[in-house]
Amino acid sequence: MSTTDTATSTDPLVRLEKIRKSYGSNEVLRGIDLKIASGEVVCILGPSGSGKSTLLRCINHIEKPSSGFVIVDEEVIGFRKDARSAGALRELKEAELARQRRTMGMVFQRFNLFPHMTVLENITHAPRLVRHVASRKARERALELLDTVGLKDRASAYPGQLSGGQQQRVAIARALAMDPALMLFDEPTSALDPELVGDVLEVMKKLAQQGLTMIVVTHEIGFAREVADRVVFMDNGEIIEQGPPHAVIDDPQHERTRAFLSRVL
Amino acid sequence: MSTVPTGTNVESYRVIRNKHVGRYVAAVVTVLLLLSVVLAFARADIDWATVGEYLTAKSILTGFMVTIYLTVISMAIGIVLGILIAVMRLAHNPVVSWIAWLYVWFFRGTPVYLQLLLWFNIAIVFPRYGIPGIYEGRTVDIVTPIVAAILGLGLNQAAYTSEVVRGGILSVDRGQDEAAKALGLTGLSSMRTVVLPQAMRVILPPIGNETIGMLKTTSLASAIGATEILNEAQHIYLVNNLIIELLIVTAIWYLLAVSVLSIVQYYIERHFGRGHAAQTAGVGLLSRIQTVLGTSRRNP
Ligand SMILES: Nc1ncnc2c1ncn2[C@@H]1O[C@H](COP(=O)(O)OP(=O)(O)O)[C@@H](O)[C@H]1O
Ligand SMILES: [Mg+2]
Repeated sequence: MSTTDTATSTDPLVRLEKIRKSYGSNEVLRGIDLKIASGEVVCILGPSGSGKSTLLRCINHIEKPSSGFVIVDEEVIGFRKDARSAGALRELKEAELARQRRTMGMVFQRFNLFPHMTVLENITHAPRLVRHVASRKARERALELLDTVGLKDRASAYPGQLSGGQQQRVAIARALAMDPALMLFDEPTSALDPELVGDVLEVMKKLAQQGLTMIVVTHEIGFAREVADRVVFMDNGEIIEQGPPHAVIDDPQHERTRAFLSRVL
Repeated sequence: MSTVPTGTNVESYRVIRNKHVGRYVAAVVTVLLLLSVVLAFARADIDWATVGEYLTAKSILTGFMVTIYLTVISMAIGIVLGILIAVMRLAHNPVVSWIAWLYVWFFRGTPVYLQLLLWFNIAIVFPRYGIPGIYEGRTVDIVTPIVAAILGLGLNQAAYTSEVVRGGILSVDRGQDEAAKALGLTGLSSMRTVVLPQAMRVILPPIGNETIGMLKTTSLASAIGATEILNEAQHIYLVNNLIIELLIVTAIWYLLAVSVLSIVQYYIERHFGRGHAAQTAGVGLLSRIQTVLGTSRRNP
């Protein structure tokens, strides 16, 4: 699957090309173009229903875009170049798509931890099953990651015994255990009690500082202002404007951005 | 609402508990009814010594073993095939889904007794089996009463189990499958390691009940000559005419087996309740048995 012919060091890690997604006659994404460099932290803002979650889910193909392409690390997600006819893309088999998804970690609004597994099992499950990491190695790595998110002592707890904030930090550790090149966060703090939001944002900030590439859908304007390299404002399935946080948040150019920010700030 | 004059010390009141008259009435009525049944059995011409004697008779014991064997094998087929059909039913492939639907439609749509007879007489439709010229034989040689019973009971059970499993799978939050896929699991490994284990919590109680049901349904196999416990009992009483005695012997063995199954069910359910401590904690085995046997009191 070598595509190095077009790869150069300045190529973005993630390239979204004219992503469109419709549910029936409802067009949720109307042609999204976006490039994200390696190590960049991009925060996506926008009103509820504007298609932010759908966009994230299209990036890792949990949802298949109706048209357009997602290119991560020079691989077209969900497709491979056809060997027989040049210029044609062939849809991937499910197992191959699963392999591609390993390069992208995802953190969900409602955590989606596996309730029947302990914290440790949650984190080691995919590395062991999918990447065949030895049990002891997976365990060591998991404890390391739990240390990073400040929950080393909760390794043997079940998710149901943790607070929302703790669960979300475990979910972050679980995603990191697959060593993703890119992390997708879908409103990771929206389901949390206000006093638990800080711990989760703190962990995310730490990851950003370590140079992880992150796409974060959030309503935490403070976080976006402080951590994001770039802020993207979406409305009605389109990118309305984007730029450095101070430009988009403090000096928005579009009426819709201003209207949204005046509501959340 | 009670009215307490301000300033009175509430703690000095004496509490008069409700008397629950209904419970006592129900208890008395139940005891009377039970007594009359016991009396009827005692006065009837039943040779209790014979009951005790036949309880451990060799043919009764082997019959009981056959009953257990039929139950275990048929349930095993029912569960494995049932899971397969449930997963097929939920598959994106419409042909696969339709085949699963057709299976359930047929096996739930006809009486299990009729299915047993069909399997027992299958040689009429398929006189020979195998691949002609390479490996074949006469169907009557392999479809013994026991084989017909296993096929009939197992395939019928699979139809019911598949519906239970399907309900269980659908009860698991979709976010679980999405999280598994986002981690790079394929649909099948997500189903096997994430969705099904959680669905088990919903699936197991009805499966437990169906196992208990199966234990008793195996008695239908006596009609096609499978030598399970009821069949053995009938063989004996057709000779010595001790009908009630042998039916009582059989009932005792069924009750015993059902009680044991209920205990096993408790432990299996507890295992699959992992991570849902709040729902299972504090329910002791004893109170569980009481619930199963219907002897528990609702309030201590
Ligand atoms: N699976 C789906 N089926 C039908 N409509 C959907 C589905 N998922 C999302 N939508 C619709 O797409 C629109 C955008 O949803 P979403 O991406 O969740 O927005 P956001 O995350 O910005 O709040 C909404 O109108 C929503 O109703
Ligand atoms: Mg959303």
